[in-house]
Amino acid sequence: MAPEQIRSVILDILARIAPDEDLSELDDSVPFREQMELDSMDFLDIVMELRKLYRVQIPEEDYGELVTMDSTVTYLTPLLKDAESTV
Amino acid sequence: MAKDFLKDAKDEYDVIVIGSGLAGMTSANILARQGYSVLLLEHHYQLGGMATWFKRQNGHIFDISLHGFPYGMLKSCRKYWTQEIADSIVPLKGVRFKNPQFSLETSFNREDFTQLLIEKFGIEPETVKRFFDTARQMNFFDDQGKTTRELFEEFFPGRDDVVRLLMEPISYANGSTLEDPAITYGIVFSNFMQKGVYTFRGGTDRLVKLIKAELENNGVDVRIRTQVEKIEVSPDRSVTGVIVNGRRIGCKAIMSNSNIKGTILNLVGEEHFDPEFVEEAKAVRLNNSSTQVYIALKPGDELEYCGDLLFHSEHNGFDIEAMLSKNVSSRTFSFYYPETRPGSGRSLIVSSTNANFSDWADLPEEQYEADKKHLIETTLDCLEQYVPDIRERVDHLEASTPRTFQRYTQHLQGASFGTKFEGLKVSKELPDQIAGLYHAGSVGIIMSGWLGAVNYGVIVSNDVDKYLTPAAARI
Repeated sequence: MAPEQIRSVILDILARIAPDEDLSELDDSVPFREQMELDSMDFLDIVMELRKLYRVQIPEEDYGELVTMDSTVTYLTPLLKDAESTV
Repeated sequence: MAKDFLKDAKDEYDVIVIGSGLAGMTSANILARQGYSVLLLEHHYQLGGMATWFKRQNGHIFDISLHGFPYGMLKSCRKYWTQEIADSIVPLKGVRFKNPQFSLETSFNREDFTQLLIEKFGIEPETVKRFFDTARQMNFFDDQGKTTRELFEEFFPGRDDVVRLLMEPISYANGSTLEDPAITYGIVFSNFMQKGVYTFRGGTDRLVKLIKAELENNGVDVRIRTQVEKIEVSPDRSVTGVIVNGRRIGCKAIMSNSNIKGTILNLVGEEHFDPEFVEEAKAVRLNNSSTQVYIALKPGDELEYCGDLLFHSEHNGFDIEAMLSKNVSSRTFSFYYPETRPGSGRSLIVSSTNANFSDWADLPEEQYEADKKHLIETTLDCLEQYVPDIRERVDHLEASTPRTFQRYTQHLQGASFGTKFEGLKVSKELPDQIAGLYHAGSVGIIMSGWLGAVNYGVIVSNDVDKYLTPAAARI
């Protein structure tokens, strides 16, 4: 998947986790937690969803990479380069 | 011939979940949604664990642990269960305190508590703010040596009335005491203070019915009256299956929602673990148990509003020994008005008191019955001041003790709030000892209560999923 596809996969997951949030104004360089009400359980949901969709394993010590949309996409790009988009 | 409760069960599943408490059921649901074949085994004839209820004459339904949980439950139910379940989570109106030091009613959130602490207890606004912020910022990785007593001493020195206001509801919710780590208090208290106390409209029976439907919808094989006798472990320390109702069923992973000590010492057996780990498991302290008195008013008799939860005490100051004592001086009343089950016309009251297993365990049968009767009578005496003429209005009365909790949940010593803090470490390290063996359930105080149990079920399911994923990827 290309970075833009990864971005829309993440947006899709976020929309499911936080159905009440307006994601159209999301700033990719600002931490998710500063823009929406996400707690540590929500981040776990993102990790589980990615594993389910693409069998990608994200070790606990890398959870910090999922802080902004930019850092998430950068982190996932090499891991998902061979994956087919589901979106 | 006896009914075969495992009729048509397969010989092999990806995951077997032992126990259908909220943590076990949530794990089963998450893992089934991730695509695994899941078998859920429950020894009792109904699902729910401590999230349970029972029915009596004249159609009364008593809830054991329905009132109340933090707002976070709504979000967790929406994510890990269904929107319909989340939609039935509604706020309770009022929490009351009545004791020799103060009498008040509160909506039990930060705003109201702030006002109370400043105006009624005369605490400086700045101190109140700092206390709430400190509690809110606490997390699992903070200093675990500091106790809740020390936290209170730092902010409210010499004020055992303030300690009582802040602590009594939390002790009721999860059995914790002033000697437990401050972080366990901070995390749980802040969860409640976010938006107050919530309950489930329709009662625990409706919740579990909806949960069961969703489990089956996601393909979980749900089996009641199935007693797991043994967890089977290979010589290289991987789980291979369970023995249940005398039958062997194989699996790749096990999620035990049984008590953590019972899982290690009884279901697996200590010979399969490192000796140091066994010592650590044995040293885990169980939380206390409870007694409850169940009171149903005559059908159609509507209870006048007197709060949803009422913390009543005749004891001066917050004293955990006094709270646990069989010579009861503190009671928490849960008032269930007809709207708990809309259209039911039923009003019920459940009185709960934290209790020591040892005070009830070895009583001769006659003494046990007499003590239960005494508990019921003294509870009614106390209730009279809140519900006048209660004795004339009662339709059904009965009591449960730590022995009752032990019988239905199979928790060692009838522990109704899992374990003390150190149980969390043992629970988390279980899979390092035996590959594929996981535990989720009421441990470490912060994973206690309905919300703690659901969320811990999710956290551990993530680990199970991680463990099973490489194998699945090869197919």
